[in-house]
Amino acid sequence: MSKTDNSRRQFIGAGVAAAAGLVIAPGVTLLDLAHARPADEAASSANRWGMLIDSTKCATGCNDCVTACGKENGVASTGHPEIDPQWIRKIELKEVKSGRSHSLPMMCQHCAEPPCVDVCPTGASFKRADGIVLVDRHICIGCRYCMMACPYKARSFVAEPITDQKPGRPRGVGTVEACTMCVERVDAGMSPACVEACSSANHGAMLFGDLNDSNSEISKRIATYATTQVRADLALNTGVRYQGI
Amino acid sequence: MNSEAFRKNDQSVFYAVLGVIGLVVMAGLGAAYYMEHHGHVVTGMTNQIVWGLPHVFALFLIVAASGVLNVASIGSVFGKPAYKARAPLSGLLAIAMLAGGLMVLMLDLGRADRLIIAMTYLNFKSVFALNVFLYTVFFTVVALYLWTLMDRKMHGYSKYVGLAAFIWRLALTTGTGAIFGFLVARQAYGTALLAPMFIIMSFSYGLAVFLVAQAVMYRWNKRTLDEAVLRRMKNLLGVFVAAVLYLTAVYHMTNLYFAKQVDFEHFILLDGGIYTKLFWIGQILIGSILPLFLLFTTKKCSTVVFASLLVILGAFAQLYVFIIGGQAFPLNLFPGMEATSSFFDSGIHSYSPSLPEFLLGLGGLAAAVLITVIAAKVLNFMPKEDYSQAAH
Ligand code: SF4
Repeated sequence: MSKTDNSRRQFIGAGVAAAAGLVIAPGVTLLDLAHARPADEAASSANRWGMLIDSTKCATGCNDCVTACGKENGVASTGHPEIDPQWIRKIELKEVKSGRSHSLPMMCQHCAEPPCVDVCPTGASFKRADGIVLVDRHICIGCRYCMMACPYKARSFVAEPITDQKPGRPRGVGTVEACTMCVERVDAGMSPACVEACSSANHGAMLFGDLNDSNSEISKRIATYATTQVRADLALNTGVRYQGI
Repeated sequence: MNSEAFRKNDQSVFYAVLGVIGLVVMAGLGAAYYMEHHGHVVTGMTNQIVWGLPHVFALFLIVAASGVLNVASIGSVFGKPAYKARAPLSGLLAIAMLAGGLMVLMLDLGRADRLIIAMTYLNFKSVFALNVFLYTVFFTVVALYLWTLMDRKMHGYSKYVGLAAFIWRLALTTGTGAIFGFLVARQAYGTALLAPMFIIMSFSYGLAVFLVAQAVMYRWNKRTLDEAVLRRMKNLLGVFVAAVLYLTAVYHMTNLYFAKQVDFEHFILLDGGIYTKLFWIGQILIGSILPLFLLFTTKKCSTVVFASLLVILGAFAQLYVFIIGGQAFPLNLFPGMEATSSFFDSGIHSYSPSLPEFLLGLGGLAAAVLITVIAAKVLNFMPKEDYSQAAH
């Protein structure tokens, strides 16, 4: 583990601890982390959270994951499609030669070697020890260099003041944001909202789990089936993998 | 104190000019405030085109800032007296343009109020952070250099400080090019060729700016530029313009060589609409071929200035195509497949610059002019050698 990762770990540890103690309105606590790991315990590099998306099970036109994400994180359309932040989006694909079509959700791929983290001048973009790539909204200066660097177009810039923020899901005008893999839920021992929505609707196209744990369902599936990383040529070692494309 | 530079002129004209420039700067600051207040929704920038017109202006100013220092370097480092006489003006323009460019970059930030964070939280892996360091040292070295040039007691050091400034300016332009060179995911960028290309671009833009500034100062003082000096400088500009043209050709040929880049090249060179037009008409015709022809056929100062202005226009066209055209072409996540989504994964991204963006960019340009004019008023930046014998 590199030195930066260590300091990130300490940082996020402190950040999470502070956030856990934050109270927005009397009686409403920002984060409730008690179930999973204690608030003062940093994210561990023993885990690497990832997702496996099976595009053969993902139906064209189904938007359940996107809707769930919006609800969970308070990301809503503002009526300006070109500047609307999108943390997760559905992409419809058509193979030019065969005409075969696929549908899949695309979001931050939580790279092990994230270009956004490398280019970020302030260190606002960072990767947690457990592989989740985040933006610290307090340090982001809104330069958008990370958006230039991201191969997946996974990041959005908040171009308008936000009024209806969800408690515990910090967002702010002038900063960049992206899929957090629902880090708050993950820390509480749950799976990301999109994955939950996909499985509760019985699509089963999204699987969340620990890539470092060889006994996890996701690791077993990756060991058994052919899976792909999008833009594998860039060798970023993504945490989100795809099947069937 | 009244310097030689503006000695003969009517004070009121000077202050009127100063006032106009000041107003443009104010308009730029006002635009920045407006953008900051409402968010970038009031600009033409989107999640597709994340860097827009302000970045075109900023990049021009920063690249030209390092290039304009070449005049001084040719004088101090390579010992050419005609250039040495121009070293102070060249140093001044370098500082002024870098300041103007950084002003635009800073004020375009989503959170311009977090300047302190930008300066204190540095991720040293980031080329951007590296650039912050390069700019700071550049200011210091060039300021020192100006001191060695303008203070008789310090003259002895000017060669060494000049050399340091020369090396640093190469580093600075390399750093600017690297901002894009590291963007491996995008087809327009992510090539090591960008570093030398930016250096040559800076030579050309910088000298063009210098020739215009110099002509204005001479005209203001009703002096005539020495013919031999003019000839040498215009020929040099011609060589630089040709070199940029050459590297542009190499850049596009290299891209064409890689199959995966062919679509992008097709877009820029053939059917990219505004970008194709700006490339062929703006950069190639107006910014390169026409000035080349003028520079190598004329002896007249006014024609040289006109050619320099064309080079500057071409520079803006080139940077617009490079920065915005480079983003307008969509990322290709799934080679061999057609992608569609509600997040503009397909098709060419559109961009229409808004007035605030333009004013912010122009404000930066005006800030550079303002700094130059005020400094030239207070201190003596008029090129010295042909001073006394200059006729009018
Ligand atoms: S926009 Fe924010 S997170 Fe992205 S590179 Fe700039 S400072 Fe870092």
